[in-house]
Amino acid sequence: MQLARVIGTVVATVKNDSLEGRKLLVVQTVDRNLKASGKPMVAVDSVGAGVGELVFWCRGKEASFPFKREDTPTDCTIVGIVDSEQHVSR
Amino acid sequence: MIIARILGTVVATQKDERLRGKKLLIVRPINVDGSDTTGYVVAVDTVGAGFHERVLVVAGSSARLAQGMKDVPVDAAIVGVIDTVDVQ
Repeated sequence: MQLARVIGTVVATVKNDSLEGRKLLVVQTVDRNLKASGKPMVAVDSVGAGVGELVFWCRGKEASFPFKREDTPTDCTIVGIVDSEQHVSR
Repeated sequence: MIIARILGTVVATQKDERLRGKKLLIVRPINVDGSDTTGYVVAVDTVGAGFHERVLVVAGSSARLAQGMKDVPVDAAIVGVIDTVDVQ
C-alpha cells in the first residue's frame, strides 16, 4: 500500500457493468515527506474519500477485495483515509 | 487504472479460443492533462470504445474480473469510456 493525495475526479458514463455506481478518483502518490512522486493514477474509491484528502491505496488484484471481489475489475483502490498529515510520522 | 487513448485495432484470426469475439485495441497511456506518453498496450475492449476516445484501462489479473472476461487470458482490459477528468 502507498500514501497518495486525491487530486481529482473522473466521470465515465459508459463503463463495464461491474463498475456501475463506483466512484473514480485521480490519485497522486506521495513520498514519505508527502511530496508528489510518480504519475497520477485513476483509483476506485471504497471508503468515501474526497479531493484534497490524504489516503492510502492498494494495487494489483487485492484492489478488488473491498468490493465483491471476483466481480470488480480494479487494479487500484483507495482503502483508507489518513486522519491528518500530522498522523504521518516521518 | 490508467487513462489511455485508443490508437488502433488489432486483427488476429489465430488466437486462444476464449478470446474469440473479443475486440482488441491498441491504446497509448496518457497523462491526466491529456498529453501523450510513450509506449502502447494491446487491450481487450469490454465497453464498445472507439477511435481516439479516452478510456480507462485496468491491468494485471484484475482485467479478468471485468464482466465477460472470466477465465479469458488477458492482462489489460478497457472498462470505461471517460467523459471528463477534473484535476484540481
